[in-house]
Amino acid sequence: MTAFKFSKENEERVKEILTHYPPDRKASAILPLFELAQRQCGGWLPKEALEAITEMLEVSLIRGYEVATFYTMFNLKPMGKYHLQICGTTPCMLRGSEDLKGVCQRHLGIENKETTKDGLFTLTEVECIGACTNAPVVQINDDYFEDLDEKSFLKILEDLKADRPVKPGSAIGRQGSAPERRRANAKGK
Amino acid sequence: MLKASDRIFINLYGIHDWRLKGAEARGDWDKTKALIAKGKDWIIQEITASGLRGRGGAGFPTGRKWGFMPPDDGKTPRYLVVNADESEPGTCKDRDILRFEPHKLIEGALIAAVAIGAHVGYVYVRGEFYTEANHLEEAIAEAYKAGLLGKNAAKSGWDFDLYVHRGAGAYICGEETALLESLEGRKGMPRLKPPFPAIVGLYGCPTIVNNVETLAVVPTILRRGASWFGGIGTSNNAGTKIYCLSGHVNTPCNVEEAMGIPLKELIEKYGSGVRGGWDNLLAVIPGGSSVPLIPKDVCEKVLMDFTSLAEVKSGLGTGGIIVMDKSTDIVRAIARLSKFYMHESCGQCTPCREGTGWIWRMLSRLADGIGSPKDIDVLEEVTYEIEGHTICALGDAAAWPVQGLIRHFRPELERRLKINRIA
Repeated sequence: MTAFKFSKENEERVKEILTHYPPDRKASAILPLFELAQRQCGGWLPKEALEAITEMLEVSLIRGYEVATFYTMFNLKPMGKYHLQICGTTPCMLRGSEDLKGVCQRHLGIENKETTKDGLFTLTEVECIGACTNAPVVQINDDYFEDLDEKSFLKILEDLKADRPVKPGSAIGRQGSAPERRRANAKGK
Repeated sequence: MLKASDRIFINLYGIHDWRLKGAEARGDWDKTKALIAKGKDWIIQEITASGLRGRGGAGFPTGRKWGFMPPDDGKTPRYLVVNADESEPGTCKDRDILRFEPHKLIEGALIAAVAIGAHVGYVYVRGEFYTEANHLEEAIAEAYKAGLLGKNAAKSGWDFDLYVHRGAGAYICGEETALLESLEGRKGMPRLKPPFPAIVGLYGCPTIVNNVETLAVVPTILRRGASWFGGIGTSNNAGTKIYCLSGHVNTPCNVEEAMGIPLKELIEKYGSGVRGGWDNLLAVIPGGSSVPLIPKDVCEKVLMDFTSLAEVKSGLGTGGIIVMDKSTDIVRAIARLSKFYMHESCGQCTPCREGTGWIWRMLSRLADGIGSPKDIDVLEEVTYEIEGHTICALGDAAAWPVQGLIRHFRPELERRLKINRIA
């Protein structure tokens, strides 16, 4: 790969981001710029981007590596087109996140941290992503898919495979984190 | 039970418009200028009198925290930092504020900034909350356009700039000093305290770090009065709180209720009961994964506030309630939390870095019934070796759930060992 350069559009973003911090504290922009670069590179951070950004922010390359390896959202190798991040922490585990991992194993043939041969899906078991009342949750790229079960998760995977649009949010039609009406009513009767 | 008219977060579920127009219709940004005109001392006094305690987990009185700021020397910048790095397992309240009530947070941030004398604020949003941070950014842009932020914010005569800073996946950055390190562009490794951030914070300047929910309730408290807020809840535990009900309840949900509401009422009323009925309850983690679990008999009576939960050797923490019914493999459920802490330990302090992995391996073995009863004692001892021996509270948070497990479910651990031996 040749030297990394922000696109024209992103260069404007970079300029704007740098205004958020005092001029002598440019290093603060390291997370936002890494994120921007990762998006531009299709979901991962090549070494060249680390080099370019650390140079721009006047921090040592090793500090760039420290940051890039410390935070889990930075990927230092290419990822699948869809990054399936299954939350495996206890609240999601209690509501069936293990089953969702099973779906990936059976239908995509991938285990944790693996990518499908066609480069479409990468599976990562992540720690709590903060949507516990809508467990189990899977974050696919930027979007949260909530209240899943094996069936609804499989449907999402099939749709993504066939390039059909998918709808983020609750799979059972809940409004945000409100109690599911159907069940609340049934209980009240 | 909280009266509907006392609810602060009317749009908690996102039924209404979250943008400026909708927020104004719900009473946000109403006479903000007049509130600010009453002066910073009045603001701090009102918040102190209201009894508001930080909603991020530790429950420190907000007014007192603001009072820690040193006198303004007119040269050193002062910062307000909003902790929106919500990642405590079982907790998802700030997410709803960010995406559905962002203007409450922005207005609260402006008022807090006046109170502590800050002209710049950062909202540190966890990176995974992509959509939520977008909502907040949009709301901030609206506020700038309407003159509610920036120079002479809300015509108050106070200049205040507010920026969104996105994290990138690290639970530890919810610890306030780790958050500041991260904001300065480094690994999120907590700093030694003292000095506290109020003295040496962001860029070495006086800084106040507040949780999202804490700041979002501030404007309403000032509008309706300290005595109104203080009149809700129990003694020393004032006001309303957003509780997150997750796990084995019939209808998991977020709900705003009074502090000190009985746990059972919360579960029965808003969670529509435990899956399979109340008698099918095994245990509850009442305040996010960092607090020890409480068994069913304690859940019968306990109130959801800092004092009552501390009395039963647990804590209110963030108000993230994880309900577990009798189908739960309790040892594995807690072991999974140990894995979480192992993953999230920043690696700075040896007891935590080594200890969290040690706890997880040990607990996983015990879950399989491998070991001897003496191992349980050793495990417990190790948790006490970690607790209190680390720079930040992550070490304690890793130790407490395991201590809670051993305190209440030791017979279950021993049973597994016995079965395995017989087999």
